[in-house]
Amino acid sequence: MSSSALKLVLLASSCAFACFASPARCEQLSFGQVERGRYLAAAGDCEACHTAPGGKPFAGGRAIPTPFGTIYSANITPDRKTGIGTWSDDQFYGALHQGIAADGSYLYPAFPYPWYTKVTREDSDALHAFLSSLEPASKSLPPNDLVWPLNDRFVMRGWNELFFRAGTFKPDDQKSPEWNRGAYLVEGLGHCGACHTPTNVLGSAEKQSALRGGKLQDWYAPNLTADVRSGLGQWSIDEIVTFLKTGRNDRTVAYGPMSEVITFSTSKLNDDDLKAMATYLKDIPAATEDDKVAEPDPKAMAAGGALYVDNCSGCHQAEGQGVSAMFPRLQGSSAVQDRDPTTIIRLILNGAHAATTDARPTQVSMPAFDWKLSDQQIADLATYVRNAWGNSATQVAASQVGELRRSTPQELSGR
Amino acid sequence: MATKLPPVDALLVGFGWTGALLGQELSDAGLNVLALERGGWRDTTTDFATTFIQDELRYYYRHALFQEPARETLSFRNSRSETALPMRQLGSFLPGTGVGGAGIHWNGQNWRFLPSDFLARSHNTDRYGAAAIPQDMTIQDWGVTYDDLEPYFDKWEYLCGISGKAGNIKGQIQPGGNPFEGPRTREYPNPPMEMTYGPTLFAQAANDVGLKPFPAPSANMSRAYTNPLGVQLGPCTYCGFCEKFGCGNYSKASPQTTILPVLLRKKNFALKTECEVIKINLDSDRKRAVSVTYVDTQGEEYEQPADLIVLSAFVLHNVHLLLLSGIGTPYDPSTGAGTLGKNYAYQIVSSVDVFYDDKILNPFIGAGALGMVVDEFNGDNFDHSNLGFLGGGYIACWNTNGRPIETHLVPDGTPKWGAKWKRAVVRDYLRSMSVATHGAVMSHRGNYLDLDPTYRDFLGRPLMRMTFDYTDNEHRMSDFLTGKAEQIARAMKPREIRSNPRKGHYDITPYQTTHNTGGAIMGSNPRDSVLNRYLQHWDVSRSFCDGVVHFPAEPWLQSDRYCCRAGAVVRAGHQNAVPQESRPVGSGVRRSGRCHPVL
Repeated sequence: MSSSALKLVLLASSCAFACFASPARCEQLSFGQVERGRYLAAAGDCEACHTAPGGKPFAGGRAIPTPFGTIYSANITPDRKTGIGTWSDDQFYGALHQGIAADGSYLYPAFPYPWYTKVTREDSDALHAFLSSLEPASKSLPPNDLVWPLNDRFVMRGWNELFFRAGTFKPDDQKSPEWNRGAYLVEGLGHCGACHTPTNVLGSAEKQSALRGGKLQDWYAPNLTADVRSGLGQWSIDEIVTFLKTGRNDRTVAYGPMSEVITFSTSKLNDDDLKAMATYLKDIPAATEDDKVAEPDPKAMAAGGALYVDNCSGCHQAEGQGVSAMFPRLQGSSAVQDRDPTTIIRLILNGAHAATTDARPTQVSMPAFDWKLSDQQIADLATYVRNAWGNSATQVAASQVGELRRSTPQELSGR
Repeated sequence: MATKLPPVDALLVGFGWTGALLGQELSDAGLNVLALERGGWRDTTTDFATTFIQDELRYYYRHALFQEPARETLSFRNSRSETALPMRQLGSFLPGTGVGGAGIHWNGQNWRFLPSDFLARSHNTDRYGAAAIPQDMTIQDWGVTYDDLEPYFDKWEYLCGISGKAGNIKGQIQPGGNPFEGPRTREYPNPPMEMTYGPTLFAQAANDVGLKPFPAPSANMSRAYTNPLGVQLGPCTYCGFCEKFGCGNYSKASPQTTILPVLLRKKNFALKTECEVIKINLDSDRKRAVSVTYVDTQGEEYEQPADLIVLSAFVLHNVHLLLLSGIGTPYDPSTGAGTLGKNYAYQIVSSVDVFYDDKILNPFIGAGALGMVVDEFNGDNFDHSNLGFLGGGYIACWNTNGRPIETHLVPDGTPKWGAKWKRAVVRDYLRSMSVATHGAVMSHRGNYLDLDPTYRDFLGRPLMRMTFDYTDNEHRMSDFLTGKAEQIARAMKPREIRSNPRKGHYDITPYQTTHNTGGAIMGSNPRDSVLNRYLQHWDVSRSFCDGVVHFPAEPWLQSDRYCCRAGAVVRAGHQNAVPQESRPVGSGVRRSGRCHPVL
């Protein structure tokens, strides 16, 4: 039965028909709730993680690399055996709110319940209604491959006691409804902090450094606070909205893991919600003053400048000004000047695909240079880009490039 | 036995420019469209990235983007008195293979026909009398006019983001543009390219001798551009690796940079690569095309039924497939009977090299269509009375292809190798350039395509045989153009010039351009043409043929604009076969015309 046919059945408010969800839930599902859940599922970027490459959407099985091993995402279609077909609304809310599955076992925080805990019960029910409307897909998952003792889910109980506090979103009366809506999305379903906040050695977000930028899968998710050089200080609300909506703006394009977020999540949100998120983000104070860094070695700058002309200026233009919504502007770029150079090194080494959306369908990608440039050359090039045209950031060392060269998977191969 | 597959609404055979354009049009109309491409997938990032695309040895000399003769080739002869032999290495022209076809490796020179081009026979007859057209010159009118096609030229130019300067907007001649062009609706979407030194010297000299030079319309982007489909192109970097190369900067219009990002997102469009169509199948009374048979790389055969079948491969392959499928009547040059394979044409080129002592021209700063052009001697823009030939061509100075292996102009008398040659190259590389002529070839009774009686391809099918040579008309015309080019070259006040006129028989071995045309020509009645003015086969309903097959000398760019029109027509009437043309517009398809270096 297709999902639309199922919707019709549900609209008829009849439980006499075969229904994939539990009988108790059938009565509660409504078209409005399913549609609301569909939107919330986009806001939560559920499809990206819960879909294996080439697999059925939401059927899970995607490998999620973590510093502690590989976790396979769950099947969240309403299949009764391998999915969440037997889950009640309460059980679903328990997963979102407390990180505890229907059978009472503890979930790993790769499922971002530390953020989802803020989701309201009403939204949780709508999400569950939408997932229940999907065609059930039977898909058993490979076992997680985690280091001891984390391979025992019970250990998460201790982790939760140390690092997790359940709690629904509480609006701030001093702020506008728009700000509060933005905060709800950013801090809750949007779980932006899952990537953009630094984590401690046990993988818990450092709350005091919220959205200052974080490392994941050998990418550096940039600082989203108001830092002028490395954060969103220079970005306007419109620029943030355009970026989240289309994956591109006059400053940059989305690549790496953010590309997926744009494709599955933010490009599907309405402009009011995107504006609310941008309003909230713009209100986060700068994490630190951007420190003026020491002048880079002139030799590295000279070598990097020559490499830039030969390898980069074709797309990013002679003065690093880029091409709007196509080739990122490097001059003044926050990603380029980040205190952690992981992302720029990785981009030069392995290239990346930019997000594509209906609004910006052109597949723009950066080619890989790993086959062509040495560690030292890439370090010089990165140093140059981080310090040319008024940019300022720490010098990059060849050893940093070498480390990433060994650890990062190739996204685009050279020829 | 071929495995029979579920039917689709529309099937495209070949996925270059025309396949992409028709895929876009037909899927927009709501049809389920399937494209079959014999080559592989290709895109800008993985296949043309700037990190490696500027590799002259690999891409030009080792033909990385072109058809492999081991898989498909043709046999060639100059005349029927000779035995045709197969081409074992590509030469004069370079058919592409893979997604995007030859649309990947073209230079980006983008032209409209002159209004008089469409009236090849009637216009020349009116102006010079019937006797001016030689007996064996089989030029005909097209059956369509410039005005019919203008909206599609316009659509094409905005799709591709052509950089140029209009010469005639709605009848108003525009300073700085081509005063001879037909009236256009509006200005080009992008300004002309930044001119380099060489073309400006040419333009000044052309002015000095009383001509009106203008910047060539170019499918290389003079600035970043977003086309009407929302697809983005980047500004050209003038790297000079256009012709024979893919563009790694998204700066040259190709199916990949203009259409595919939108088309491939559609749910009612599908593309299968590595699938070579080997036959078009007809129903029992042979009036309707019902399916194609294709073979994949495993050698498995499949039958793909379709409601509508469009041949959108390269000109030679379209004709070959029609011949192999037994659709239409092969042309017989001895009797003039039959139409399929008739009026194959190419073009004729020459050049005049210019050498300075005191001017640095930096030929490596280039783009495919970066140059200045004069159109005074094109088509019938000049009086042909007493000249002894019909047709014409353009004269241009391009800053293109200044690549190290391919281009090193040296004066007459320089040895071909050794120390003296090296010294001349060092002295002249930065100080030389070339004035090029591209001339039309009039269709001729003895120039045609048919199946080779001896040689077969890897699937055991007869090769296509090409019979082609220049006639006196072409030589006189080309000599005339070369003379004019010499005149401009001298006015450029160089140290010396070297003239390279085109002499003797057509030689298929050195590269010239990829402007093969004709063979399945369009027209206003089935006696003279293979296709009607909607590019629908006269004999077989619901079967269309696009690509350069339908006109004799102008390249496939034009066919793409035409394809926009064909797509619109098919969109409007896809539930019924397109009505056959009954209005007698002329006497059939034009055999010849100008020829421009699209590749």
